[in-house]
Amino acid sequence: MHSNRYTLMYATAISVLTAIILAFFSESLKPAQQANVALDKQINILRSVRLVNADRKQVQEIFQRRVRKLVVNNKGEELAGLDPDAIVLKDEVNKPAAERRLPLYIYTGEDGRKYYIIPTYGVGLWGPIWGYIALEDDFNTVYGATFDHKGETPGLGAEIAEAEFQEQFRGKKIMSESNTFVSVRVVKPTEKTDFSEEHRVDGISGGTITSRGTDAMLKNCIEPYLAYFEKQKQSLPSSGK
Amino acid sequence: MAVETAPAPVVEKKKEPLFSKKNIRTLRDPLDDNNPITVQVLGICSALAVTVQVKPALIMALGVTFVTAFSNLIISLLRHTIPTRVRIIVQLIVIATLVTIVDQVLKAYMFDVSKKLSVFVGLIITNCIVMGRLEAFALANKPWPSFLDGIGNGLGYGLILVVVAVIRELFGSGTLLGYQVVPQWAYDMGYVNNGLMMLPPAALFIIGLYIWAQRSWNKKLVNVS
Repeated sequence: MHSNRYTLMYATAISVLTAIILAFFSESLKPAQQANVALDKQINILRSVRLVNADRKQVQEIFQRRVRKLVVNNKGEELAGLDPDAIVLKDEVNKPAAERRLPLYIYTGEDGRKYYIIPTYGVGLWGPIWGYIALEDDFNTVYGATFDHKGETPGLGAEIAEAEFQEQFRGKKIMSESNTFVSVRVVKPTEKTDFSEEHRVDGISGGTITSRGTDAMLKNCIEPYLAYFEKQKQSLPSSGK
Repeated sequence: MAVETAPAPVVEKKKEPLFSKKNIRTLRDPLDDNNPITVQVLGICSALAVTVQVKPALIMALGVTFVTAFSNLIISLLRHTIPTRVRIIVQLIVIATLVTIVDQVLKAYMFDVSKKLSVFVGLIITNCIVMGRLEAFALANKPWPSFLDGIGNGLGYGLILVVVAVIRELFGSGTLLGYQVVPQWAYDMGYVNNGLMMLPPAALFIIGLYIWAQRSWNKKLVNVS
């Protein structure tokens, strides 16, 4: 039997040693990991405009050539000198509307049409959920959407990350006939609502809290952009309805 | 636990050749006669979770093999110095360190795979195979056989994972390693992918069938359990 002293020293030594090894690995791999996270974001942004591409180089190249990044505020003004990628959405979504800085990605397609991609961030059941929703140049029709999550239950809440759920958003509208903001609502298929079919997508059975979280996230994250969209519509009359 | 009296925990190469019959057995046994999943029935949980596609299953198998091999090696090297009262904790520290390294490397160089494996990489720490081998083998054997035992068990685990994953991916999505295998004309004629294969219970059925098949060709196993 080893003495208490030996046991204690042994435990301390092995803890310190493994801590040093892990710190070394974590620090030396960090740049590669951060590059991956940044690339993953670009892949997701492109996925919201229905571009599915896993090739790293191509994604970066397309992104650089076709995506314009900017930051706006809720009065519709463009804020110069801010890098949208440096904005932490998590902090922004809970600020009062007037203080929020809103990153926006504008994708120009092969045919020259513009798509406006709004990053969203909200809460699911177990942790954060986020996504990107792309609007067509009428600032109303959803072109595509993609969502992801930190730790929703596989098979239930985690279904928001699946194509079946995301494809429902295509062609939905965020504005009502009378041009008021409705958002795209995630609701139970049988739920009686006062908004029409073109604003609703089916929630996930067994994933009610995640569905509601997605619903709230979309409303909270799209609404502040309306002023900017309104301005764009006026300056580009050709693309109006 | 067998107490060894060998003096220093250094690799000794005097009499036994590196790949002696005994060592080969140590390496090969876990593939069939003493398979961690189908015979020892360890590590079932991750076998259900990461076998929907072949690629994550392969990576997971490599990850587990790396962890079992090196944790066996390290613990075996340290086996005379580890204070018996805290040996489980020491084992856990070694396993957790190795798993964290695997996780970090995957995040840095195989981001997509690491996203698919998500929590299951971290859960290698609690994979019964790893600690089971440390307790049952590494604490009582020399480093080289322990290392082989780790590799053997990792591969034995990986073998089942890959077999199950091949069946599930082939029948569940009609692909293998992401490449379309079931031809389009089959779909045109009404063939449909089996949705059940995508769900965890399918893995349980396949492992069950594998155990049945294994026991019918390997009579040694019939009365083991």
